[in-house]
Amino acid sequence: MTAAASAPGHWRRPPFIASPAWRWGLILGGALYLVLALASLEVNWARVSEGLARGWRFVAAFLQPDFGSRRGDIVIGFQESLTMTVTATALGVALSIPVAVGAARNLAPVWIYLLCRGFIAVSRTLNEIIVAIFLVAMFGFGPFAGFLTLTFATIGFMAKLMAEDIEEIAPGQLEALRATGASYPQLLDFAVLSQVLPRLIGLSLYRLDINFRESAVIGIVGAGGIGATLNTAMDRYEFDTAAAVILVIIAIVMLAEYASGWLRQRIQ
Amino acid sequence: MSAPLWRKRTPGQDAIVFMAWVLALAFVSWTFQVMTQDTIWAFVADAPAQVVDIGSRMLPPAWSFMGELWWPLWETLNIATLGTLLGVMLAVPVAFLAARNTTPSARFVRPLALLAIVGSRSINSLIWALLLVAILGPGVLAGIIAIALRSIGFVGKLLYEAIEEIDPRQVEAVQATGASGAQVMAWGVAPQIAPTLAGISVFRWDINIRESTVLGLVGAGGIGVKLEAALGTLAWPKVTMLLIAIFATVLVSEWVTAQVRKKLI
Repeated sequence: MTAAASAPGHWRRPPFIASPAWRWGLILGGALYLVLALASLEVNWARVSEGLARGWRFVAAFLQPDFGSRRGDIVIGFQESLTMTVTATALGVALSIPVAVGAARNLAPVWIYLLCRGFIAVSRTLNEIIVAIFLVAMFGFGPFAGFLTLTFATIGFMAKLMAEDIEEIAPGQLEALRATGASYPQLLDFAVLSQVLPRLIGLSLYRLDINFRESAVIGIVGAGGIGATLNTAMDRYEFDTAAAVILVIIAIVMLAEYASGWLRQRIQ
Repeated sequence: MSAPLWRKRTPGQDAIVFMAWVLALAFVSWTFQVMTQDTIWAFVADAPAQVVDIGSRMLPPAWSFMGELWWPLWETLNIATLGTLLGVMLAVPVAFLAARNTTPSARFVRPLALLAIVGSRSINSLIWALLLVAILGPGVLAGIIAIALRSIGFVGKLLYEAIEEIDPRQVEAVQATGASGAQVMAWGVAPQIAPTLAGISVFRWDINIRESTVLGLVGAGGIGVKLEAALGTLAWPKVTMLLIAIFATVLVSEWVTAQVRKKLI
């Protein structure tokens, strides 16, 4: 540093990674990986150039989406997606509350804590699509399997974030209520719920938003919803119908995002 | 005498809260009715038997199948990594156009950049893959582009929020030396957001590893292609092996991400 400071006009920006061994190791390793990865790419350029024409047809379809000719399918798809979103969020949030309390170290004994944390870990690691594949195999095609998938994912998501919030509540209020001889449900109602309620509502709205996005995807593996409509449209190469579906998805997602953002601001 | 019992709410408020609960419950049950009007309950009632049946078919896992999985796993890694790289490269300019303090025109360019971010974020990478497979044909390339398109919105949103929160004094100081626009970017803005960008990229890479494991279900390459094939032929022991491989991959990526983030913070 002193040598650099004493030579005016030769200041150099400090490197992003301080240790030279790590820096050069990462640069070389990254370069080697890129060469290997790009070399192993198998791209059928003939097929790609052939597809580009189709790509233009698809872009053109976005400018002229066809809402009309599959109107019935689109309406049913969105009806399934929206009902799936509402029911899964409601049940998922309701079930996540006991799991969250169980996964909070300051409220639950160790064995319940480990059980709930284990459940959360499993629910968060399993991809929704994979869960949906299995639930479709077990419960049959349709939105009921999708509803169960989203409920399962909602429990893990909500319980993890709520448990972290519960663990951070002010311990003074807990102690004060315990000192009055309050029962466990009273403790939850007056000491815990009152402190975490704004976050519970905010996260539920956020999850509602996520569940709608996910409901558009799990239909691809047969779990009902708008994803099934989209998949069918793509299989038939009806790009204009697919474009219509995608535009409606974007519109609903934007609407949900603004609405839930606005509501969360009002609450917090 | 004894003071009246303390209550959280007045009776009127209690009644409103109760009515709200009744209405909410009624709404949810109605949506449940609409949702399940075509459900075949015989299949649902049959589920426990199905669980036992599929469970017994899935065990033991086909361990020898692992030999065939190394190549698809390498492809999955490439889809996630190259897709993240491409996504970040596209997201950085979009973020600069979207941030209020660096955008060339808040009235015309900024809304366009925000629209690109929202559009990319609203569509799951699996749907992007579905579209790209139809256009480009099945394969790794469709997967990489799908991951990249989905990453633009995620990285772009977090990055432009970080750019809007930078310390303006450092930018001013560089401007005061007479630096050109590009020099201000390189010496005033970039050093402030570099750690954030690295953090966001690693975070997104972790998500992309998870997502790229299932992209193959719609034909976009990687281990999902094997999963689709195994499910299609009802080869349940192979499915178990695939799930174990996917699970292990996710755990490794989570570990790598945690290590890198610890180094960054």
